[in-house]
Amino acid sequence: MAGAASALFLLDIKGRVLVWRDYRGDVSALQAEKFFTKLIEKEGDPESHDPVVYDNGVTYMFIQHNNVYLMTASRQNCNAASLLLFLHRVVDVFKHYFEELEEESLRDNFVVVYELLDEMMDFGYPQYTEAKILSEFIKTDAYRMEVTQRPPMAVTNAVSWRSEGIRYKKNEVFLDVVESVNILVNSNGQIIRSDVVGALKMRTYLSGMPECKLGLNDRVLLEAQGRSTKGKAIDLDDIKFHQCVRLARFENDRTISFIPPDGSFDLMTYRLNTQVKPLIWVEAQVERHSRSRIEIMVKARSQFKERSTATNVEIELPVPSDATNPNVRTSMGSATYAPEKEALLWKIKSFPGGKEYMLRAQFSLPSITAEEATPEKKAPIRVKFEIPYFTVSGIQVRYLKIIEKSGYQALPWVRYITMAGEYELRLI
Amino acid sequence: MSGHDSKYFSTTKKGEIPELKDELNSQYKDKKKDAVKKVIAAMTVGKDVSSLFTDVVNCMQTENLELKKLVYLYLINYAKSQPDLAILAVNTFVKDSQDPNPLIRALAVRTMGCIRVDKITEYLCDPLQRCLKDDDPYVRKTASICVAKLYDINAELVEDRGFLDTLKDLISDSNPMVVANAVAALAEIQENSCRPIFEITSHTLSKLLTALNECTEWGQVFILDALSRYKASDARDAENIVERVTPRLQHANCAVVLSAVKMILMQMELITSTDVVRNLCKKMAPPLVTLLSAEPEIQYVALRNINLIVQRRPTILAHEIKVFFCKYNDPIYVKMEKLEIMIKLASDRNIDQVLLEFKEYATEVDVDFVRKAVRAIGRCAIKLERAAERCISVLLELIKIKVNYVVQEAIIVIKDIFRRYPNTYESIIATLCESLDTLDEPEAKASMIWIIGEYAERIDNADELLESFLESFPEEPALVQLQLLTATVKLFLKKPTEGPQQMIQVVLNNATLETDNPDLRDRAYIYWRLLSTDPEAAKDVVLAEKPVISDDSNQLDPALLDELLANIATLASVYHKPPDAFVSRVKTSIQRPEEDEEFDGVDAGSSESSVHAVDNSSSPSVSSNVPYASTREGAPAAPAPAPAPVPDLLGDLIGLDNALVPVDQPAVASGPPLPVLLPSSSGQGLQINGQLTRRDGQIFYSIMFENNSQIPLDGFMIQFNKNTFGLAAAGPLQVPQLQPGASARTLLPMVLFQNISPGPPSSLLQVAVKNMQQPVWYFNDKVSLQPFFTEDGRMERANFLETWKSLPDSNEIVKELTASLINNVDVTLDKLAASNLFFIAKRRHANQEVLYLSTKIPGNIPFLIELTTTAGIPGVKCAIKTPNPEMAPLFFEAMEALLK
Repeated sequence: MAGAASALFLLDIKGRVLVWRDYRGDVSALQAEKFFTKLIEKEGDPESHDPVVYDNGVTYMFIQHNNVYLMTASRQNCNAASLLLFLHRVVDVFKHYFEELEEESLRDNFVVVYELLDEMMDFGYPQYTEAKILSEFIKTDAYRMEVTQRPPMAVTNAVSWRSEGIRYKKNEVFLDVVESVNILVNSNGQIIRSDVVGALKMRTYLSGMPECKLGLNDRVLLEAQGRSTKGKAIDLDDIKFHQCVRLARFENDRTISFIPPDGSFDLMTYRLNTQVKPLIWVEAQVERHSRSRIEIMVKARSQFKERSTATNVEIELPVPSDATNPNVRTSMGSATYAPEKEALLWKIKSFPGGKEYMLRAQFSLPSITAEEATPEKKAPIRVKFEIPYFTVSGIQVRYLKIIEKSGYQALPWVRYITMAGEYELRLI
Repeated sequence: MSGHDSKYFSTTKKGEIPELKDELNSQYKDKKKDAVKKVIAAMTVGKDVSSLFTDVVNCMQTENLELKKLVYLYLINYAKSQPDLAILAVNTFVKDSQDPNPLIRALAVRTMGCIRVDKITEYLCDPLQRCLKDDDPYVRKTASICVAKLYDINAELVEDRGFLDTLKDLISDSNPMVVANAVAALAEIQENSCRPIFEITSHTLSKLLTALNECTEWGQVFILDALSRYKASDARDAENIVERVTPRLQHANCAVVLSAVKMILMQMELITSTDVVRNLCKKMAPPLVTLLSAEPEIQYVALRNINLIVQRRPTILAHEIKVFFCKYNDPIYVKMEKLEIMIKLASDRNIDQVLLEFKEYATEVDVDFVRKAVRAIGRCAIKLERAAERCISVLLELIKIKVNYVVQEAIIVIKDIFRRYPNTYESIIATLCESLDTLDEPEAKASMIWIIGEYAERIDNADELLESFLESFPEEPALVQLQLLTATVKLFLKKPTEGPQQMIQVVLNNATLETDNPDLRDRAYIYWRLLSTDPEAAKDVVLAEKPVISDDSNQLDPALLDELLANIATLASVYHKPPDAFVSRVKTSIQRPEEDEEFDGVDAGSSESSVHAVDNSSSPSVSSNVPYASTREGAPAAPAPAPAPVPDLLGDLIGLDNALVPVDQPAVASGPPLPVLLPSSSGQGLQINGQLTRRDGQIFYSIMFENNSQIPLDGFMIQFNKNTFGLAAAGPLQVPQLQPGASARTLLPMVLFQNISPGPPSSLLQVAVKNMQQPVWYFNDKVSLQPFFTEDGRMERANFLETWKSLPDSNEIVKELTASLINNVDVTLDKLAASNLFFIAKRRHANQEVLYLSTKIPGNIPFLIELTTTAGIPGVKCAIKTPNPEMAPLFFEAMEALLK
């Protein structure tokens, strides 16, 4: 079962090694580079390639970020989930250090990159990926001090995500409840998939080692406490917690208790499988008039209460790749043709509940087509929107208690917002 | 925060090495540091700067941590190429390992472990010893991993210096990070050793489960992965473990979730309560679904694993098929895996929706994905009989779109559908024939030709159709040529008219004289000979009825599936291949590797199907499969004289030759006749009789060997394949050398719960026996439940009533044992009591006797029994209630045997 990475590579867009760290001495950079450049060449689009590839006794796992590939090589039966996730965390750490991870920032900081690779992984085993804590003892030139640094307590503590001795004048916590609605509607207008993925995003500015306790209107918890749950409680399908939350405690009595990291993090995510009525419903009729032009009629309807308003609504309507001469009229908002996306983008700044807007568009098509009819790319209609002060699930933060031994008062601020996630309606 | 390190890359031009040398030896700190950075920059872009070794190492003694790290990095890269000079660094390393700053102590020990030079390794031992006991947990956690590094370089050194014991002590360290790294190091060392080094006892288990709550997410993964090979002693133990692992399913880190799923699945195999299992399945579903919201690469790993999980436990995600519907923006590798799982989850209930999806996918642009979608429709048709017609109509709709590769793929799957449902859907042949001339891929062509040949009598112009293919016969690929040959012969046999006769001449000529392909040529000659000697026989052969096929594509062999499930989240689970298939590292085996090989060699030599039997058994002796076999404390101790620990089984057996005593086999030598398992006719003169028996609360395999061959036989060894009860030998087989004509009888103590085969309980016990002279013999025994009835199965009356009531009615199973007869109730009860079926109460009902009994089988599974009979009249009604109703058939068999 045991297994570890042999080496970690940071490669440029053509697959050439920028920086690499050898952990076990059994895979050479030359070998890895040769393999990977060949893979990129052959595939053209490496994003479509399986992220786990075997070649000549070595397994390569890679992810892409901007113009950089991050790749591990291994000769053992290592934990694939763990290593791939680790690569994503490495991206996060680098982003924390260099603002953006790209070829240039790696070159500009190669000394720190080596230091980080040494600290985050040892002998191919992931060790530590808390960017905030790492930056306390591994610093870039600009911030480097001449005093010798020591490993922060947090690196080996049970509370590995927070250092001691943090001080704020004003102790505040911001809690954003963000729900993304994912929906898939097939060409018959049937909703074939819908779920809501919610996240409690926190930004904490708290001194010391604060003990926090969060109360939600979670049905299981309320029922366990013998409170009435009518109408207000919600069922959360699957909850995932940041590592700071005490899972055993939650399993026992559904209490969400934790010592938060400093700054922003996702405290928890949850998923709801309940069928949601699509908040914004889009119907499109496409008429092809012979081979010369195409006419699209679209109706967009908001299906939520009138007191809420969706903002920044963007409806992406696919059009044929060879369409030209757009002629568009809308009853609200503006529409622009985006040939690079093969789509018409209809933007509505503010879309109150219970309203219906229309769009009509006409395109010319070339009269000559290829003889061999290749199937057309069938992109779905995609919708983006945000609805502030509203959640689909009805989740409510009942309280957020913050207790620190110095006894300060901290103010929690809570905001709710619903957004479109993967919101797709397939065309007929 | 951003640096400007890129300037160090630009300065490396011609004449740089002497220049750098000067700078490295500069007295100015900053210049020195810049020079080292330039060296590292040159190293990074792949230039050889090893000639600066001495100069760089001279910079090592510095207070500047950054500079020190860079020099260390340089050493890791070039020490190997300059082993003699590397020794220069040792002093500083040793000194640094005692630095007051823990960061430097850890850095020194971490780096030394990465320098794979023997001379340095020796100097590593003392600092390592110290660092393992350092006050600072940061140093200890680094040192723990360093032991694994050292083991990789020089395993003997690690053992000699007692590092393993120190490492084991660290499992109890107060710091969770140290514990996690110690576990990772031990697990790796164990993987590379044949000796049991890292044994997980119930004590370590509970310690590690506690550490789980406190260590970092990565540490949690190490611990869960290491613990997943712990074998719980019984169902209750397993339930306890599961209970402590389930909270991990809520962790935000997908790797933690997957490793927790692995551990739960492993323990579930032992859990007998169907309620608990159902509950666990319910708990695992949401976290598995949530994995599909992770980054696409993680989704891919998750999907490959879910594919395995649904093969073992289809119920977990039976209602979640919708989450596997493809999104427009999913990367193609995610879509492909989703499709595979959709096929696996397709059922009569959801097939309409699934078909709609497949149809949607079949009109997308990615050719590979479209093909797979079309194939998926075909596979659903084969899998779900009631949906076959709907699947076919979708396929026909797709054919009408006339996209070339869709048509070809559809024809390939329709051929399979014809084979699965003969004489049902042939009416669509006409539609298929319309697209004949668009076919240009070998597999599609071959499929179409097969259809024409197979249904030649229904296709009016079959001869014309085939003839059109014949023109290009020599240019066709072998696959198509073979089908053409067979189809023409079929046509001729079905319609022996002039046209086909000429065609067959052409084909046979082409396929015999004009080809270099031996397969084609040989097949053609056979047909030719058949046709010319006995056309009727040819008909019997060529037009014989074909076996019906089923959709077993992409179904893994159960034994492989077991192994893969034990490897969830690892590469093995991504590749769907056992680790041995791709792990290339040479194992540093300390113990008798050649003997392992010998045994493997024997396996390979036997016939294909039986190789399987032994492979499956993941024999306790084959170290690669179960390297930690001896950790099974849970197994009941065998009373046999000092049973050898299981992993040494092979060693002992091999050693038996010299240690062989003319064993005194006391009471064993006689006894009731045993059923024949391997008749001497099939065992080259060796006859084996055997049966499971119970003595003194212990299960034995009573086995007799009879040597009817001409040579003495010795060195007997035995192995059991996975079975319902997990039966395995508790010790070596004690059989003396058998002279021709001699026989020997022995009692082999058995243990339970070793290699449990999944699936419904079965009485099948597959056994492999080997000796030094003969090939391996494989035979099947039918296990009776009777020897499993334990001595502690007696129940108090009240307890009996309570248990009876607490079990749901669905757990009650009744069977009429028509052949059974109870003449005298008391005699029968005595007889049953001797077999550990304990009498509880009796009641008269009209002229019938109703008897209540209880018994128990290992795993703490009780059986509550009600026997209703009329004394002297054949026929006993037997009703039982048990938490494990799946065991009922086996129980009734045993009961019937007892009441004969």
